[in-house]
Amino acid sequence: MRQIARELRQSLSGSLVRIGKYSLFVGRLLSETPRALLRFRLVVEQVYNAGALSLVIIMLSGLFVGMVLGLQGYDLLQRFGSEESLGTAAALGLVKELGPVVTALLFAGRAGTALASELGLMRATDQIAALEMMAVDPVRRVVMPRFLGSVIAMPLLAAIFSMIGIFGAQLVGVQLMGVDPGQFWSQMKGAVEVADVMEGVIKSCVFGVACGAIAVYEGFHAIPTAEGVGRATTRTVVTSSVVVLLLDYMLTAVML
Amino acid sequence: MQSETSPAVGSLVRLRGVRYVIGGRAIFDGLDVDIRRGEVTAVMGPSGTGKTTMLRLITGLVTAERGEVLVDGEEVSRLGRSDLYRLRRRMGMLFQNGALLTDLSVYENVAFPLREHTRLPERLIRPIVLAKLHAVGLRGAESLLPAELSGGMGRRVALARAIVMDPEILIYDEPFVGLDPISMGVVVRLIRELNDTLGLTSIVVSHDVHEIAAVADRAYLLSGGKVVATGSPSELNALDSAEVRQFMQGLPDGPVPFHYPAPDYAAQLFGARR
Ligand SMILES: Nc1ncnc2c1ncn2[C@@H]1O[C@H](COP(=O)(O)OP(=O)(O)OP(=O)(O)O)[C@@H](O)[C@H]1O
Ligand SMILES: [Mg+2]
Repeated sequence: MRQIARELRQSLSGSLVRIGKYSLFVGRLLSETPRALLRFRLVVEQVYNAGALSLVIIMLSGLFVGMVLGLQGYDLLQRFGSEESLGTAAALGLVKELGPVVTALLFAGRAGTALASELGLMRATDQIAALEMMAVDPVRRVVMPRFLGSVIAMPLLAAIFSMIGIFGAQLVGVQLMGVDPGQFWSQMKGAVEVADVMEGVIKSCVFGVACGAIAVYEGFHAIPTAEGVGRATTRTVVTSSVVVLLLDYMLTAVML
Repeated sequence: MQSETSPAVGSLVRLRGVRYVIGGRAIFDGLDVDIRRGEVTAVMGPSGTGKTTMLRLITGLVTAERGEVLVDGEEVSRLGRSDLYRLRRRMGMLFQNGALLTDLSVYENVAFPLREHTRLPERLIRPIVLAKLHAVGLRGAESLLPAELSGGMGRRVALARAIVMDPEILIYDEPFVGLDPISMGVVVRLIRELNDTLGLTSIVVSHDVHEIAAVADRAYLLSGGKVVATGSPSELNALDSAEVRQFMQGLPDGPVPFHYPAPDYAAQLFGARR
């Protein structure tokens, strides 16, 4: 019993220390942001990298999630005789919730791990030390563009996810189940408001900051060995996923 | 045993009573080293004694637990980031494994410091980069990626990168490892030439007693976290200390341990069956 209590206390204080370190690091990242935006070409390169890595899986997943929504939504709405609201339901679900969250989870698994292992390997092969020796701040030159790349790529990817998802829902609902296409689209247009879209955009921006920061933190601070880099990538996925889901609840609660 | 106690007027880098602990083990305890301005100073010692660590201390990549690390009169560990970077812009360092940026071509790697620190147009950068690559014999490799280079070629590119900003202090971590005899001769000559023509101060870490003898003005022999001997290479060779003789002649047995600190072998073998 006492052992458990002690372990709990230790892991708690360990997490607190880690949260503190994360906060300091994120503070540094945010304070460097204006400066880093000046070297926009580096950032664009990283938006492209992160985006290109995740684009295909995000499009595919968006399509399937949308199609499932179409099926489930149709089944549910049909019980209340309001299957023509399928468009609204699918759009709201995707734009406000599934788009940002699933995109963030996929992003963490694809682009986040790639970032973490890239930075970890740069440390393991002394490239970070070499930058330091060339009087080039590795946080400014290497970490910041990658962080900002994630922050910018995330909302774009989430938007693509949602759009393809709506197309998927339409595919199943309209083409397969025979919902009236006019109703599907006009109801959607009528019910989805700018505020709903903004909620999704805000969420995915926050997730972009979280996933980007976690990936670059874990990679940049990885233990410079093969094993250390492996652990950093694993931690990136696990931490990002938990943090995204937690933030999602908090943001939803605040914005509802 | 002791480094000489002269006031070391001409010393550009100065370590005094440095203690550095990593992984619970004191790598250095009471390390005293002077690197004189304008000279090539060699740092020798068995693998794992902390030669690389000493370079990291000098360049401020790590901080000593105790003692002074002075570079040109400035205490490295007390410099803020911008002062440290100002100091590092006067240094060039060749890492043990090259440490080239893997996503940039050879040319871009060498051009990197110029692009980061100057606003020179491409038409000025190009001749500088090509000249440095030519000096290490790799002008023809400019468009290759680091992954397409051999270890020795990578190190030579890294050397070109280290000298591209015309530093005052050049630090080489094991520059001779993995070089064929021809490149070895070129690099040995290059170190000497760079030092003399550009008026640099060079620090060369190496095990290669013969190359050191050819290139260095002074040599330090480190072992067990301390300086064991110092002097010109010929003085070292002539020294009659058992430790020095062992190292300079490459004998396995002697006061310098070949083994990393370990419990008694027999005790460990037979004690393991617990
Ligand atoms: N991260 C670390 N954790 C624990 N010990 C370390 C770490 N890094 C280095 N060491 C120890 O520090 C000692 C000195 O390492 P260093 O790389 O400076 O040796 P070296 O003299 O350059 O050796 P070599 O000639 O093989 O390059 C080694 O014994 C090594 O075990
Ligand atoms: Mg070394």
